Amino acid sequence: MEVQGESWLTTKLDAFADWAQKNSFWPLPFGTACCAIEFMSTVSSHYDMARFGYEVVRFSPRQSDLMIVAGTITDKMAPVLKKIYDQMPDPKWVVSMGACACSGGFYRAYHVMQGIDEIIPVDVYVPGCPPSPEGLMYGILQVKEKVDRDRRALRRSKKNRKPKHAA
Amino acid sequence: MPPELPSFLARFPAGSVVPQTGAGAPVDQETWVVRREVLLDLCRELHASRETRFDLLLEIFGMDYPEREQRFEAVYHLYSIPNGRRLRLKVPLAASDPTLPSVIPVWKAADWFEREAFDMFGLVFDGHPNLRRILTHEAFQGHALRKDYDAAKRWILTEDKIWQPRLEAPERGDSMFERMTINLGPSHPATHGTFRIVALVDGEEIVASEIEIGYLHRCMEKMSETHTWQQVIPYTDRLNYCSSFINNVGYCRSVEQLLGIEVPPRAVWARTILSEFSRIMDHVVANGSTLVDCGALTNFWYFYQCREEIYGLLESLCGARLTVSACRIGGLLADLPPDFVERSRRLLETIPPLISDVETLIDKNRIFLDRAVGVAAINGEEAVNWGYTGPCLRASGVGLDARKAHPYDLYDTVEWEVPVLRGGDVYDRYRLRMLEIRQSLSIIRQLLDRGVPEGPFVIDDPHVALPPKDACYNQMESMIYHFKLIMDGIQVPPGENYGFVEGANGELGFYCVSDGSGKPYRVRVRPPCFPIFSSFPTLIRGHGVSDVVATLGGLNVIAGELER
Repeated sequence: MEVQGESWLTTKLDAFADWAQKNSFWPLPFGTACCAIEFMSTVSSHYDMARFGYEVVRFSPRQSDLMIVAGTITDKMAPVLKKIYDQMPDPKWVVSMGACACSGGFYRAYHVMQGIDEIIPVDVYVPGCPPSPEGLMYGILQVKEKVDRDRRALRRSKKNRKPKHAA
Repeated sequence: MPPELPSFLARFPAGSVVPQTGAGAPVDQETWVVRREVLLDLCRELHASRETRFDLLLEIFGMDYPEREQRFEAVYHLYSIPNGRRLRLKVPLAASDPTLPSVIPVWKAADWFEREAFDMFGLVFDGHPNLRRILTHEAFQGHALRKDYDAAKRWILTEDKIWQPRLEAPERGDSMFERMTINLGPSHPATHGTFRIVALVDGEEIVASEIEIGYLHRCMEKMSETHTWQQVIPYTDRLNYCSSFINNVGYCRSVEQLLGIEVPPRAVWARTILSEFSRIMDHVVANGSTLVDCGALTNFWYFYQCREEIYGLLESLCGARLTVSACRIGGLLADLPPDFVERSRRLLETIPPLISDVETLIDKNRIFLDRAVGVAAINGEEAVNWGYTGPCLRASGVGLDARKAHPYDLYDTVEWEVPVLRGGDVYDRYRLRMLEIRQSLSIIRQLLDRGVPEGPFVIDDPHVALPPKDACYNQMESMIYHFKLIMDGIQVPPGENYGFVEGANGELGFYCVSDGSGKPYRVRVRPPCFPIFSSFPTLIRGHGVSDVVATLGGLNVIAGELER
């Protein structure tokens, strides 16, 4: 018997996986500068990012699915950032924390990358120099929503595509 | 009054060492113009002679004056700990042949500073064992701080050009292990930022290592030259971002000295208190990260609570937590909040229990003692030769503290001590910071007891500080001053000045040169952790890889300041 589109079981499994993923990110802090200090504030006792399910901060790209680029990325650091991003398993998301990571900030200079989106895709930009912990949290919660939205959109596009192939 | 010249100068050929005096000479400290042929001999004498004993090389950097006949200048800042005396040497160099002898045989601290001057200005130091770029990357072309280099001209580094070190160390014959080169960083949880350590290990033991830095070189000095004097203040925040406020004070003091203005007592009082709070913030991060790296995470949360409390105070003054920019040239950004004293007093009550909790957990903790005592030890003499200042130097038995040796702000009006320990190892660096936190708290308490001085929070000079908002809206004259200050910046008279403060990790200096235009001609930062970190391969030789991790936090190397 041919199953049209996706079966009830697989769609529910997908939804379950998404739910698990978006509520328990394993962030990789790629901290280079001042923003890393504010990132530390965000995971410390006062703000405690663990409340939102970001308990496990991983420094190994192989174990993480959310990269938080906190701080200025220079041209010297760029190949390293790219390499680490490539090492992360899919699916993965990137938060660009702070003005420098977003756009180079006020360092319009000979050694500073003018935004990490020159080399890697970014999902959420958090402005600020550095952003306050509240700002970073808001940004990360946006990623959560984005996971939901993207996956739903992906499923919809799959569903729409399937009949065409069948025909 | 010009200090008398040492007698050994008579032995040098006439005209090779010329003290600058009279009109146009720098007034901040003694300056000699030296010909490069005699530089190394002069340095040896200055270092060894009983009359001078310049045992500490603070920094070496380049200057570029394209309109001069001898375009480049290498500048040396020396300090004599026994005499408390400062000296600046200037070595003019022609653009066609910018070579000069290396002074590494005299001061080991020269190693990285000379590489930096080579990288930024293309000065060539004869006899330097490893003269290659330090801050910029391998694909970089040109010398960025030369005046004819465009500030926004970038070069792209590709992976194939990345530097691969070749480490060599003599075989010992008895080793039963294979030698292996391992790489730590630049993205590694224990490197706190962006350093790359490449170590050659023999089993567990490190036999040779090399450090690569520059991953956070943000061109702060070049950026300063393209902004007005006030606009540099936010850049100074991001040097040692663990204690931004101290950087603000250091820079503003240097420019104020150049302008020859007096800061109102209210601002001086607040600057002293907030500097000490910032020092506490910095020390808790240095100690906290040392302990985290040794596996003691709990303390970090205790320490971070201190920081959060202090952030609250800073936020009430300026609205920012970390990068405060709370100083202005001539005073402060805004008046102190009405509950400033009350809040500060509350901090004095909340911080000590947190510190004591950590001390109870750590001071006699067997696990920490095993990781820290005797690890990466350096004695006082070596530390001075490497250019150490600040807590790392004081942990090695040399009690040099700029707040005591050359008191500024209100440090000579309060009772406090400079703690000194003798071990020079990881444990003493940790203990020393704990002792300094207590001293800082005591300084703050004494100042709070005096009460807030009355008067303005910023100098009343419309050529330096912005007039009050309400005057800008209602008075024509104030509006014009406001416009001129914002558009043209402060008109600093031509001159040069080295201003310094005791930063949280050593002497933080700002050498400002003005050519009379509204923008700095040069702002040179003396980063305290730069020479300290340059000694790292020596510190870790013979230790294990785990000791590298335990050592790094305690040196308090902050990438923003190290690489600027």
